[in-house]
Amino acid sequence: MKAIRILNRNIRDSFKSVFRNFSLSLASISCITITLIVMAVATVLSFNVNNFTKIIEKNVTIVAFLDVDITKEEIDEVYDKIIALDNIEKENVEFIDKMDISKDMMESSEKFEGIMKDWTREDSPIQDTYQVKVTDINLIDKTADEIKQIEHVDIVKYGEGMVEQLVSVFDIIRKGTIIAVVALIIVTAFLIANTIKITIISRKKEIEIMRLVGASNINIKLPFIVEGLILGVIGSIIPIIMTIYGYTALYEHLDGKLFSEFIKLIVPTPFVYYVSLLLIGIGMIVGMFGSARAVKKYLKI
Amino acid sequence: MDLIRIMNVKKTYKTGITAIYDMNLSIERGEFVFIIGSTGCGKSTLIKMLYREEKPTSGKILVGGLDVAKIRNGKVYKIRRKIGVVFQDYQLLPNSTAYENVAFALEVLGLPKSEIHGKVMKVLDLVGLKNKAKQYPNHLSGGEQQRVAIARAIVNGPKILICDEPTGNLDPKTSMEIMEVLEAINKLGTTIIMVTHDIDIVKKMQKRTVLLDSGRIVKDFKAGEYKDESN
Repeated sequence: MKAIRILNRNIRDSFKSVFRNFSLSLASISCITITLIVMAVATVLSFNVNNFTKIIEKNVTIVAFLDVDITKEEIDEVYDKIIALDNIEKENVEFIDKMDISKDMMESSEKFEGIMKDWTREDSPIQDTYQVKVTDINLIDKTADEIKQIEHVDIVKYGEGMVEQLVSVFDIIRKGTIIAVVALIIVTAFLIANTIKITIISRKKEIEIMRLVGASNINIKLPFIVEGLILGVIGSIIPIIMTIYGYTALYEHLDGKLFSEFIKLIVPTPFVYYVSLLLIGIGMIVGMFGSARAVKKYLKI
Repeated sequence: MDLIRIMNVKKTYKTGITAIYDMNLSIERGEFVFIIGSTGCGKSTLIKMLYREEKPTSGKILVGGLDVAKIRNGKVYKIRRKIGVVFQDYQLLPNSTAYENVAFALEVLGLPKSEIHGKVMKVLDLVGLKNKAKQYPNHLSGGEQQRVAIARAIVNGPKILICDEPTGNLDPKTSMEIMEVLEAINKLGTTIIMVTHDIDIVKKMQKRTVLLDSGRIVKDFKAGEYKDESN
């Protein structure tokens, strides 16, 4: 009961204080808001980039072209060797017969039909292929190399160059956003520390009297910590609204995909709510951390 | 046992100035003690050490059997709850009424509202301000403000009331009224230690009087013994 009464009083005081030093509170709130907006953009970007990478991983295929004169037994041998490799989705190794390929091609165009209709398995210049999917896209070049080393494998293709570039661009985006967010969080924490410092100075007399009449330290410190928390929560309102409505609108505007069918955006629900939770959490932590710093430095108790 | 016992206490500030030299002093429960002396003689340092605003450099200060110097910073509030303090400049919250100022001391301790009301009205009655409970400090006279400060200091029922020149800003007549309030509180059993410059008050009250000079106790007059020796 006693603790609840003290807590009640502290929370009331904290709200009063936020409005009493409103211009300063506003500066801190704006800073948190900006940080969290950048944070929201970074998070949305980072999660989507992750999603893209996953999609690419799912769709990028290594095509191994086998020797033209390969025999049935040798085809099975190659299969066993591919299966034995590390970075391979074992259930996704698909054999495509050259006769099926020429059949498909003949169906697609009469020209092909004219050329190919008399080809037999032996004299067809088309190669049998294995289509292989990898588990870790970062190692795709190594795996492709290993497949190439297998006997009776003629050529290996996987869209080399393009895939690596895409992956490395995604990586740079991710790292860049993390650095920006960390820097902004630090700046915000300092700004909040400063706001709380002014609050402490403006309430110096009250604090002195509190100490004099025997208020415990935690009782004196708590209102400031709560104040930081309130600043953090208020600062996260606009970023959360922007995330929920902004991302949903963007998703609908782009019809859920970026540039091509290939790169799909994350579906807004429940994604935006997770991001919102993250934003309010970070707002609260930064607010509390900033004020705890100021309390420690300027309260001297 | 003595309520307050100061043993071989020395206080040297970080600046190198020594305010108190090897002091020994005992104060019994229920006593009323004046501490007098010229400016800079160590009066303020002495009482600040009692409520643990300052720590002695060496020696022991026992308040109610507790060594004040040994209390950790985080636990200072425990001793503060046993000691009321009144200052020359009242130290009231300007935006709170007389009632709120007194109630503040109980609110921070987490007392329920119903209990706070009873206690606050009782002490405001004791200091003679029951009918001014709703006034703000700037609508009260100096003497009345000091009464509010006294009410706040004693509302928690402390064993000791420390007064640092409580009449310093008041005219002689008002000062005597404050002294009457303090005497009434003393009669209820609270030990009072009062630092003052006002020799007239000391002469009139005829309480135990400790005279300090340059950080040392020069003389310890028993109640009724003090005569003006300044001239």
